[in-house]
Amino acid sequence: MTRSERIAALKQAARERVLILDGSWGVMFQKRGLDEADYRGERFKDHVGQMKGNNDILCLTRPDIVGELHDAYYGAGADISETNTFSSTSIGQGEYGREADVRDINLAAARIARESADRWTAKEPDKPRFVAGSIGPLPVMLSMSSDVNDPGARKVTFEQVYEAYSEQVRALHDGGVDLFLIETITDTLNCKAAIKAILDLQDQGLEALPIWISGTITDRSGRTLSGQTVEAFWNSVRHAKPFAIGLNCALGADLMRPHIAELSRIADTLVSAYPNAGLPNAMGEYDETPDQTGHQLHDWAGDGIVNILGGCCGTTPEHIRHVADAVRGMTPRPVPERPTAMRLAGLEPFELA
Amino acid sequence: MRPTFINVGERTNVTGSAKFRKLITEGDYPAALSVARQQVDAGASVIDLNFDEGLLDSRQAMITFLNLIAAEPDIARVPVMIDSSKWEVIEAGLRCVQGKSIVNSISMKEGEAKFIEQARACLRYGAAVVVMAFDEQGQADTAARKIEICQRAYRILVDEVGFPPEDIIFDPNIFAVATGIDEHNNYAVDFIEACRTIKATLPHARISGGVSNVSFSFRGNEPVRRAIHGVFLYHAIAAGMDMGIVNAGDLPVYDDIPAELREAVEDVILNRPQRTNISNTERLVELAPKYKGGKSEAKGPDLTWREKTVGERITHALVHGLTDYIEADTEEARASVERPLHVIEGPLMDGMNVVGDLFGAGKMFLPQVVKSARVMKQAVAYLEPFMEAEKAGKPREQAGRVLMATVKGDVHDIGKNIVGVVLQCNNYEVIDLGVMVPADRILDEAIAHNVDIVGLSGLITPSLDEMAYVAGEMERRGFTIPLLIGGATTSKTHTAVKIEPKYKGGQTTYVLDASRAVGVVSGLLSPTEKARLQAETAADYVKVREAFARGQDKRARATLEEARANAFAPDWSIYQPPKPSFFGTRTFAAYDLADLARHIDWSPFFASWELIGRYPQILEDDVVGEAARDLYKDAQGMLQQIIGQNWFEARGVVGFWPANSDGDDIVLWTDEGRETELARFRTLRQQMAKDRSQADGGRANVALADFVAPVGTPDWLGGFAVTAGHGEAEIARAFKDKGDDYSAIMAAALADRLAEAFAEALHRRVRTELWGYAPDEPFDVEAMIAEQYRGIRPAPGYPAQPDHTEKATLFRLLDAEAATGLALTESFAMFPTAAVSGLYFSHPESHYFGVGRIERDQVEDYARRKGWDVKTAERWLGPILNYEAG
Repeated sequence: MTRSERIAALKQAARERVLILDGSWGVMFQKRGLDEADYRGERFKDHVGQMKGNNDILCLTRPDIVGELHDAYYGAGADISETNTFSSTSIGQGEYGREADVRDINLAAARIARESADRWTAKEPDKPRFVAGSIGPLPVMLSMSSDVNDPGARKVTFEQVYEAYSEQVRALHDGGVDLFLIETITDTLNCKAAIKAILDLQDQGLEALPIWISGTITDRSGRTLSGQTVEAFWNSVRHAKPFAIGLNCALGADLMRPHIAELSRIADTLVSAYPNAGLPNAMGEYDETPDQTGHQLHDWAGDGIVNILGGCCGTTPEHIRHVADAVRGMTPRPVPERPTAMRLAGLEPFELA
Repeated sequence: MRPTFINVGERTNVTGSAKFRKLITEGDYPAALSVARQQVDAGASVIDLNFDEGLLDSRQAMITFLNLIAAEPDIARVPVMIDSSKWEVIEAGLRCVQGKSIVNSISMKEGEAKFIEQARACLRYGAAVVVMAFDEQGQADTAARKIEICQRAYRILVDEVGFPPEDIIFDPNIFAVATGIDEHNNYAVDFIEACRTIKATLPHARISGGVSNVSFSFRGNEPVRRAIHGVFLYHAIAAGMDMGIVNAGDLPVYDDIPAELREAVEDVILNRPQRTNISNTERLVELAPKYKGGKSEAKGPDLTWREKTVGERITHALVHGLTDYIEADTEEARASVERPLHVIEGPLMDGMNVVGDLFGAGKMFLPQVVKSARVMKQAVAYLEPFMEAEKAGKPREQAGRVLMATVKGDVHDIGKNIVGVVLQCNNYEVIDLGVMVPADRILDEAIAHNVDIVGLSGLITPSLDEMAYVAGEMERRGFTIPLLIGGATTSKTHTAVKIEPKYKGGQTTYVLDASRAVGVVSGLLSPTEKARLQAETAADYVKVREAFARGQDKRARATLEEARANAFAPDWSIYQPPKPSFFGTRTFAAYDLADLARHIDWSPFFASWELIGRYPQILEDDVVGEAARDLYKDAQGMLQQIIGQNWFEARGVVGFWPANSDGDDIVLWTDEGRETELARFRTLRQQMAKDRSQADGGRANVALADFVAPVGTPDWLGGFAVTAGHGEAEIARAFKDKGDDYSAIMAAALADRLAEAFAEALHRRVRTELWGYAPDEPFDVEAMIAEQYRGIRPAPGYPAQPDHTEKATLFRLLDAEAATGLALTESFAMFPTAAVSGLYFSHPESHYFGVGRIERDQVEDYARRKGWDVKTAERWLGPILNYEAG
């Protein structure tokens, strides 16, 4: 299949069923018990400072493990798996001094995922598999002060964030991803820089790929870290004409549910959700069992409030298998039509109806 | 829906505000931020930011200001309008806002290519745009040019750029009229016509404009400029103008512009044929100076009373509530007497006695008396420094000292304040402890001030209990002074049955309204009248108690079981309940006050001033007509300020949930699965015996739960909470501090009316749109006030569900505190007080009713359902128990 055929197939599949995204990557790497040498591999054996913890670098140093994880998730029933590129921008890799390797990481990550997805599609042509290019948040935020004594202070400019994302999305596109997934968004302005970077790819003559946007409601306040309500967040990113909008991370399914229900009501596009496996326990581990996750997300699908389900921190291929089994054959949420209105946002939404 | 016009605040615009320009050029960003905050606090739904000033680095100022705003959640909650004539400033702004803003503006001034490039950038940053009617040839002046440019821009934006049409706002250029140049005469008409055609031909597009341009030739004459703005907006909004950068300061209400001026302005704005031998412009120019000072020169006020003696002048000023000359007259009187105190005891008290006599004779009415008090206070304030200077001055003789308080848990004080003013007018010293005052503080202060009388006020039913408690405490602590009971929820019966028996040491008296207060107080403090009055009251209350006891025995009652068997039961099999357009809650912040003003039901407003009659007939009433007209005029004047200067902020929240009845409860479900309970509203059922031979709804023993379908038929319930009271307390305080109780009470009364109007407007929106079961309901304020529509919005604590505690459930579901800033007191009164909350029922046969009195069996059942013990239930339901609680 060509990429445009795959995109058409993705949109068709979304009309027919609840799509399944993969689960956590961090916890799966942890389980492998990798050491510093695994992370460095041959290419970075002379790297100064610690490399362990830089999971994205494994795309270059242990592509075998990355490929196995894609296989495990596709095998568990995921329709979509994400590239291992959550922190693969010059700003994210800057923490390890690996800014120069960003393009290579993204290209390799996309190709590893592509190879796995294509293999599964060939094996099960009725259930094509797709690759989402993961675009994570940054350690720096454009809407939040970097200095408690100066509310106007910022560590970076919009232009710098835009440049960082531009490099990443260009490499992911070149590497063959089917869609972009801007995820775990804590600051909508960072997200808007990523959106602009993606939209501007069209000026370079590149094929437009679907954009999937997934924000993070940090706590029970029901707001993003940068202070927006769910509806304000949606109003602020709707110009991307996203393929899907959703929430992930920070909360388990029970606490995330009201916010997903809200998105379901207001978003005239697909709605996605991939919560954590509950809240972490005192040891920072996630206790929710695969069947618990499966049950809860089954209810969401039953209530018609989601189109795409998956897992975030603490979830494993077993969790994804339970979710996939639980929602198989269920009707996806119908995309509502909303009355036309000018919808603006500050931290809160404003509608001129 | 009526069009809602959005005022875009211009105070954070260096070209619109000299103060803001100064702050920004001096780099005083903290003060500049507070300007932004004030605008948002005052209700601006969008703030315009403009730093286009020659001496400024506009781009850097935009970045700095937006980054600072991001750290201020109370400013950043609203969207911004990034306003500059320089694209690099706009783009820098777009790179600093996480929300979705409005760009103001782009145009085809530099050709299509540049226009497309900038529009595309706006789209990719995610912003709505204002498009100026400007092309390569210049700014559009005629209607035809405006329309041509806007249509061309729209086609480019929508078809080529892919811009969402709902995010396009056209600014078709407002130019000055009445400049003396004939070519300019049609400019306003051109704009208005352009609005109409743009709205008709370019779907979803919006229209904005800078309004102050239109009156530019009258700069220096603000009253005339305001009239021009008012008339212009009246016609432009009707033609489709949606928003404008307006000095919201004091836009006049169209109807309030003097007819002569309005006609002249309208002739100019609409470019009508001239009426006389001079042109419309010349006519307005001739008329303008007359209105410059705001007052008409031609018919000045009748000043013949100024020729009378100083005593007569003071009396005249007091009776007519005129403050213009009171200080001069007071000074003249002071110069003629030995001590300043003699002015108070002499001419001022003489005048107030006239006021008191006229009031007592029904020839003056409450609003006029309160205005008299304002004059009196101003005169006394003038004399105070002289009295202080007079070291040997002995204290002023007062007729008596009255302590007043709204009891614990209650926040309503309009009535109490009116009574206070009336007493002060009659030379009583009033110690007002304010609202939510606990019993021990009332009594401690009563002792500390050695008061002669204690007066308690309250509006909500739980306050009745609190008053009885205060009475018991007075007994326990050995008080003997009289206790007065007043307020909307109080009654002679309740006072006689529940309060008076608790306080044997002194006489408890119910006071029906403010006009009775002086008679009661003077009687109770008069050495000669006191004994007779107390004996009369006591004997009267014995009779009331006996009548009450007899009534309890005689009325035929139904057991709860019988009542339930006779529930109101519509046939659910032939009825499909309508589904709301959304679930969960939606907030309405900074609701348009001008729109609310149109929904006001004025009759209760007059009632709050003890002027009884239906509006508008009351204005022509033979007896109170004059007082009503003056009051109405003052109210309209203040309303205009409230709207223009955003004194209050109206905030509301509406929610809908899947719901079903379960016996006398209404169960709310978390979702359409209808398996998980979200909450449960308890309702109470009528227990009066009903004639069951008649089958219609009026003969059933109704409970609110009857209006919701039982499990099996999907149904929904709505809820709301609104307030127009944010800001009211501060305004009222400012007036009070100036000695102007009249305006303070007026502000509070208007805030109440606006809150009720808000509830009315929102309910209409619920019926036509949000729940949407009556989309074609015509807009008719009178029909609305008469409740001629489908569905009801009963409030917890009122006759259909007298239990105030249900408000807690409602507030929790709506997250009303966060959404509207409303808080509940321990007695479930809402604060700010100008607030309304309730449930929405959609069933066509749902109707208002009173639960009436209930029996022990229902109280026990209700307690079980609420998880209370019976005692708690009896406390909250006290006012409706049909038996004496143990």
